[in-house]
Amino acid sequence: MSSTKITIHDLPKENLFTGGHTACPGCGAAILVRNAMKVFGKNTVIYTPANCLLVFGGTYPNISWKVPYHHVAFENTAVCSAGIKRALKASGKDDALVVGFAGDGGTADIGMQALSGAAERNEDILYIMYDNEAYMNTGIQRSGSTPYGAWTTTTPAGKVIKGKERFKKDVPQIMIAHNVPYVATASIAYPTDLLTKLEKAKNMKGFRYLQVYSTCPTGWRVPPEKTVEVAKKAVETGMWTLYEYENGKMTINVKPKLDENGNLAVPVRDYLKMQGRFRHMTDAQIETLQKWVNEKWKRDLALEKALQ
Amino acid sequence: MPERRLVSGNYAAAYGALRANVKFIAAFPITPQTFIVEHISEFVNDGIMKAEFMRVESEHSAISATVSAEATGVRSFTATASQGLALMHEILAIPAPLRLPIVMPVVNRTVAAPIGIWAEYNDVMPQRDLGWMMMFVEDNQEVFDMIIQGYRIAEDKRVLLPFMPNLDAFILSHTYEPVEFADQDDIDDFLPEYKAEHAHLWPDDPMAIGVFSPPEYIQEYRYQTEQAMEASKKVIKEVNDEFAKEFGRDYHGLVEEFMTDDAEAIMITLGTVTSTARKVVMDMRKEGKKVGLVKLRFLRPFPKEELRKIAEKVDAIGVYDRSISYSAGGPAFVEVRNALYGMEKPVIGYLAGLGGRDVMYSDIKLMFEKTLEAAGKGKADKEVVWVGTRGVNP
Repeated sequence: MSSTKITIHDLPKENLFTGGHTACPGCGAAILVRNAMKVFGKNTVIYTPANCLLVFGGTYPNISWKVPYHHVAFENTAVCSAGIKRALKASGKDDALVVGFAGDGGTADIGMQALSGAAERNEDILYIMYDNEAYMNTGIQRSGSTPYGAWTTTTPAGKVIKGKERFKKDVPQIMIAHNVPYVATASIAYPTDLLTKLEKAKNMKGFRYLQVYSTCPTGWRVPPEKTVEVAKKAVETGMWTLYEYENGKMTINVKPKLDENGNLAVPVRDYLKMQGRFRHMTDAQIETLQKWVNEKWKRDLALEKALQ
Repeated sequence: MPERRLVSGNYAAAYGALRANVKFIAAFPITPQTFIVEHISEFVNDGIMKAEFMRVESEHSAISATVSAEATGVRSFTATASQGLALMHEILAIPAPLRLPIVMPVVNRTVAAPIGIWAEYNDVMPQRDLGWMMMFVEDNQEVFDMIIQGYRIAEDKRVLLPFMPNLDAFILSHTYEPVEFADQDDIDDFLPEYKAEHAHLWPDDPMAIGVFSPPEYIQEYRYQTEQAMEASKKVIKEVNDEFAKEFGRDYHGLVEEFMTDDAEAIMITLGTVTSTARKVVMDMRKEGKKVGLVKLRFLRPFPKEELRKIAEKVDAIGVYDRSISYSAGGPAFVEVRNALYGMEKPVIGYLAGLGGRDVMYSDIKLMFEKTLEAAGKGKADKEVVWVGTRGVNP
């Protein structure tokens, strides 16, 4: 269990995911991938399903990847990554790291079966879900990972129903239930925490799962320059908890400010008002979401206590 | 000395993978393919097969992992049937344009509805347009031989396409027949180790495989895949002939002709029905009836030139199908008639054995008699004939 902190100053200059890609300004996924590749290095093979990253990272003949890169389809990131790793093993190249980069739709929804299968078999891969909380590549449709109340093109702010009626699916907890070696959440707003987790996951064996909060300015109706600010506010309000689960133990890495009663000090309203996707929400909806966040935070704390 | 053992078609397929030195397998069990997965599990767990074996959670994952493993640069294998093949459909479109020489035997079984487990080709026929070489075997020896030949053909640099041998559910998969397994050294000489020069995912030689492509490039992918499929015809014949010379079994390549030279009427058959048809031909010949048989071994590539040449010699052609394309007829019939366009010879499509119903000697005899009648008249009364169907007079 290495606890060496990696900061952005420790990263090499060379980009293995180069500039010139076509991501939107302020894209959280692009920030994640560029920095993650600096942690992983050249002895890496990448799989991406059908998602934004597939398109902005490499539309033939312009490829941003400087390492072997593969795509087959949408719902099979975990199993294709595992197939690559097993084949590398069969050909004596077992030292290479295989990473699957999928979005939340490709993970929480259509890719869940393959993800669960690969986790149960403890395939030796690193699976990274960049969570931008909707199907962004197809133009902002709700996914299982979309938060309560959010506007998407399939959960419009209608006259009768305003935004998503269900709460966000908790995929990291589903992965913990698979009892895999490593599960962590991270955020592009906390680079040292993120890079340290990537480094740790890189050096582990077996199935590792990282879910990284990745702002989507286009889909969330946020100005591109607010990408990091929004991501930071998500952690401060408890909408996003930074934790890791390793060898059966869970640790919350960054604790949000709490009031004197032990409740979350920064209201979720502060997070919502930064983003156009929440602007239609009624006071009642905001209250419902605040209640959900409070309960989620208590559950995260209880889990941390239980998993020691 | 080659060993000779009594084995099922499923065993012949699994043992073919072992003898072909497959290095990666991903598979999911489905009746009637299950024994292939079980035999491979035994080979791997007993240490006689040195390969990575992923026991995945679905057929969709089985073919996905197999595609990625083959793209990584190792000889890869999977097997399926029926609903499993249907579930794979999305991914079956991937390996041909990426030029990945996977071999995947399919145990042909009916696709629901109604759900059934017996022999029918309505699982494989909807997969025809995806760039796989597709062939149909007649016995268990041919199952084993076509796994070995399959890799040799698929990995040929002029081809580099996936290969799908089809075997009839139960009639072959669960039936025991004597099969000769050639010595490993001889197989290794015939099928050398796979060298993935054109496609691999090796960090010391980075490559992007399966990238998002705009219209400026996709049409050329299609054209090149088509060119490779056409080029495979020559390779299939070459590999067949070399195999015949080395191992003494000649399957005649794309099609096998039986007593066609002076025939007035011929039947074209796929799969195990061919064996019964052979017997019918021999008996009818004794009665002085000029009938012949063509075993259509390959449906992809489609042997258009060979069939036109054969059709020149005869007066009428019957085609047997174990599946239907609704309102068009059996798929093999439609394809044969298309290939013979402009030849002005009667072509009749016979539908029988759907859902795994037994195709009897008398059923096939009826097909020959009807085709012979059309040969005499120079025209067919009916283009599509249902044989052995309750309440339907053929």
